[in-house]
Amino acid sequence: MLINVPETVVADALRGIAAAHPDLTVDVENRLVVRRDAPVAGKVGLVSGGGSGHEPLHAGFVGPGMLSAACPGEVFTSPVPDQMVRAAAAVDSGAGVLFVVKNYTGDVLNFDMAAELAEDEGVRVARVLVDDDVAVADSTFTAGRRGTGATLFVEKIAGALADEGAPLEQVEAVARRVNESSRSFGVALGAVTTPAKGSPTFDLPPGELELGIGIHGEPGRERRPMMTSGEIADVAVHAVLDDLRPTGPVLALVNGMGATPLLELYGFNAEVRRVLSERGVPVARTLVGNYVTSLDMAGCSVTLCQADEEMLRLWDAPVRTPALRWGR
Amino acid sequence: MLDTDFFRRWMTATASAVDREADRLTGLDSAIGDADHGSNMRRGFGAVTDVLEKESPGTPGAVLVLAGRQLISTVGGASGPLYGTLLRRTGKALGDAAEVSLDELAEAFGAGVAAVAQLGGAKAGDKTMLDALLPAVEALGESVGAAGDAALAGALATVPLRARKGRASYLGERSIGHEDPGAASAALLVAALAEAAGTGDGGRA
Repeated sequence: MLINVPETVVADALRGIAAAHPDLTVDVENRLVVRRDAPVAGKVGLVSGGGSGHEPLHAGFVGPGMLSAACPGEVFTSPVPDQMVRAAAAVDSGAGVLFVVKNYTGDVLNFDMAAELAEDEGVRVARVLVDDDVAVADSTFTAGRRGTGATLFVEKIAGALADEGAPLEQVEAVARRVNESSRSFGVALGAVTTPAKGSPTFDLPPGELELGIGIHGEPGRERRPMMTSGEIADVAVHAVLDDLRPTGPVLALVNGMGATPLLELYGFNAEVRRVLSERGVPVARTLVGNYVTSLDMAGCSVTLCQADEEMLRLWDAPVRTPALRWGR
Repeated sequence: MLDTDFFRRWMTATASAVDREADRLTGLDSAIGDADHGSNMRRGFGAVTDVLEKESPGTPGAVLVLAGRQLISTVGGASGPLYGTLLRRTGKALGDAAEVSLDELAEAFGAGVAAVAQLGGAKAGDKTMLDALLPAVEALGESVGAAGDAALAGALATVPLRARKGRASYLGERSIGHEDPGAASAALLVAALAEAAGTGDGGRA
């Protein structure tokens, strides 16, 4: 592993982000990455955060057109309320703050505590929960669906609307709509190694893959002998479409988990597109790359979002962050 | 009666136990979670030890409220808010008495555990820390030793259960056959009570 000691992995990365991106304010001690121009007058602040190990999510999405601030936790561990309260105070212009929260027990508890504390300090806070992973049954027997790839869609589209000066209620509403219109499914070809443990967190022998994995090295729901890229695309896209049942064009994110080369991801994207066209689903926009990762895990995920015209317009709007950058 | 120093010893003993058992907790978490429970608990209780030294709170309740706040501010994940709430609410229930009886501790700890159940939305048998804490509350009125034994037995009894809360719940049937890491760390916390009480008197002193 390319680290010094496990205890300083997150702080070391923050110092590196500061060195690479002078247009961000990085507070290493308090674990915050903030747009340098925050708070922007009249603009709703967008704050997200979560465990580290999913880079570029979330700090890589801070900047004009996307997040106002990100709070990185320890590896695979939700940040603490103090970070989120500080972030909210740093980005609130008086127009309020939207917390974008991935649906994990720890993230939900910490962001809820933070929302209460921030409101005590006079910041208006709304919260949107991202829960797009169809591999988890949304039932009383689970913690509910996990938040994965759709987080990128929510942060990009809500961030664009916030930059246009829309009020908190509208930014919250579009974020909710994007989440409700999105579904994901992930596959692991190899296990993940956390710095704290130093060895793979689950045992996945070569020649096997794990379907329906999350982004924290938690094992999936089903293990199978190795499949081809085309076979994996069949399973993943059908799983997403059978749940989403889109009636119009979709945004597609073909996401790498960290250790799968772009060459393979693009090949996989071709297979994803084949399945979508077999099912008669038009694709409005496609993004291929490592965006919502799981440290050194090999594998991929597919996220589809049925996008209406407003969502497409906001998707195309300019964005200037370390990891997503287009327009103007 | 249990004085402020007893509660400081309880927190220090928990910190040592968590430090000693961190690799085992992370190992349990690696089977059905995300392999960080040991390091998170070690970081949290290490910070608790530091802040108790620095601020010297003057009552049993103040020790636990400060410890709970520190856990919320340093642990993250689900464990931070849940353990933080457990200690903070137990401490609040103790009020500002300079010394408390074992029965008073049992009652306050029951209030703390109830707050954990409310925050996390879990109940007995969901394969969570509650499966160690609920039996401990029952046994605590008897002695701290009995509470430790009950918590340990409760943690081990999570092995055949299917997880319904937290990250292990994503595994469905595959969560069966593993001890819940949260229940295992909760058992360490309760067992540390006996250590704080010293051996032999079961905390009735």
